[in-house]
Amino acid sequence: MTPQQQTYSLFVGVGLILVVASIVGYVLKHSVAKDQPHATIDNLNTRIKAWWVMVLVISLAFLFGKTGVILLFLFISFAALREFMTLTYTRSADYLALTAAFFVVLPAQYALVWFGWYGLYAIFIPVYVFLILPILEVAGGDTKRFLERTAKMQWGLMISVFCISHVPALLTLNIPGYDDRNLLLIAFLVIVVQSSDVLQYVWGKLFGKHKLAPEVSPSKTVEGLAGGVLCATALGASLWWITPFNFWQAALMSLAITGMGFFGGLVLSAIKRDRGVKDWGNLIEGHGGMLDRLDSVVFAAPIFFHLTRYWFAT
Amino acid sequence: MTLDALYARALCAFTKALTGARILWQGCAPAAGPRVYYANHNSHGDFALLWACLPDDLRERTRPVAGADYWRKGRLRTYVAERVIRAVLIDRDPKTRTEDPIAQMAAVVEQGDSLIVFPEGTRNTTDETLLPFKSGIYHLANACRDLEFVPVWIENARRVMPKGRLLPVPLLCTLTVGAPLKLAPDEPKDAFVERTRNALLALMPPAA
Repeated sequence: MTPQQQTYSLFVGVGLILVVASIVGYVLKHSVAKDQPHATIDNLNTRIKAWWVMVLVISLAFLFGKTGVILLFLFISFAALREFMTLTYTRSADYLALTAAFFVVLPAQYALVWFGWYGLYAIFIPVYVFLILPILEVAGGDTKRFLERTAKMQWGLMISVFCISHVPALLTLNIPGYDDRNLLLIAFLVIVVQSSDVLQYVWGKLFGKHKLAPEVSPSKTVEGLAGGVLCATALGASLWWITPFNFWQAALMSLAITGMGFFGGLVLSAIKRDRGVKDWGNLIEGHGGMLDRLDSVVFAAPIFFHLTRYWFAT
Repeated sequence: MTLDALYARALCAFTKALTGARILWQGCAPAAGPRVYYANHNSHGDFALLWACLPDDLRERTRPVAGADYWRKGRLRTYVAERVIRAVLIDRDPKTRTEDPIAQMAAVVEQGDSLIVFPEGTRNTTDETLLPFKSGIYHLANACRDLEFVPVWIENARRVMPKGRLLPVPLLCTLTVGAPLKLAPDEPKDAFVERTRNALLALMPPAA
């Protein structure tokens, strides 16, 4: 198959899964909920609808290739950073640092990814921004809760911009024998992470008994985690043909992705609990905010990027 | 659609895209006027936010009340205030005043249009959550008996547009709409002003 045919068959596959999911949702609404309001089933159907929109948006981005994907993730980072900063304590002296974060750091990071300047985009936020932001904050002249304010802003940029930008950064990897197919690497990452989330949710709803971290995320169960991670890993392994990996390598990569994704969900849940909110925002109906949907991608993307880069790229 | 209306739509779209603004109709449903939406005032973005969040048909018949001293400075501001947002411009200084602000507002209400007012009278740049209300809200209620006053708490606008800054910071804003109030017969001025202020304060989300 040519890369294009592989991409098409992948999207057709995802489309078919969504068709099946929509039918299941419809049948559940009709037979179990008897067409009456039902919290879990209604939420499931809202989520499935949102999935259609998300898959459509990603397909559109893929149609426009590198430009489309970089613009899509630039927007995603913007939405994520906006959610993060909204929930973060800032003072009026932070104005300069905040505007710099949104209007300089965010576009600059994606421009560096666009140019494929690995040597700079890999350290831009962790080194340069890490040092320059507190300088901008100091210029504001307000020392109240200073360390907390600078630390949180750096955290927000790491999570929302640095980590997320490692998804489109996969396009800049030069993998021998895998020319012009890097878009599929993004598809692989997104499919494995998101299917792991969905499968953990399904396994948890069906068989979940033992709570995993009741203090942090009451909906996560041991059964959900085990079933979800195993199934998503199997799914990832079975997608080895779209990747530069062989079957077992694809399985190990999937395990790493799903593992990091799981912990990403836990960590971002802990932050939400600390801030006393249930969701990061309301951007995606049924799912919450952008960060609610992307918590696992945030943690998986940089690790997947570097594992692939170290072992497979030149 | 006229060019002015097109600019108005663009302004609303920009405001909503930047702040992801959402409006929660907690105390009442959106309904045709005349009504007076009154809100806390922290930034120039406030009226744009509230105005943008109203449903299209209601927005076309809702006019923000703004200070003429600010909005008549320069041709662009005057154009935006008079043609795009169709503001009701009032002179805040009793000494130079030629028109009675209450009469101006009452005239708009009598045409069936709604108003957006900020009863604090000026932008709140202090550490107070809400400044004391001016008595204008009472005089308007007294002039137009039976007029509904709808409290709207605007959360986060100050962080989006701090006073004296030009570039807005993109942060999420939420508007919470409370239940409408009316001036009771024989209700004294201070009691009504206090009651409307408390109704607005009650909409403030708990501090996290």
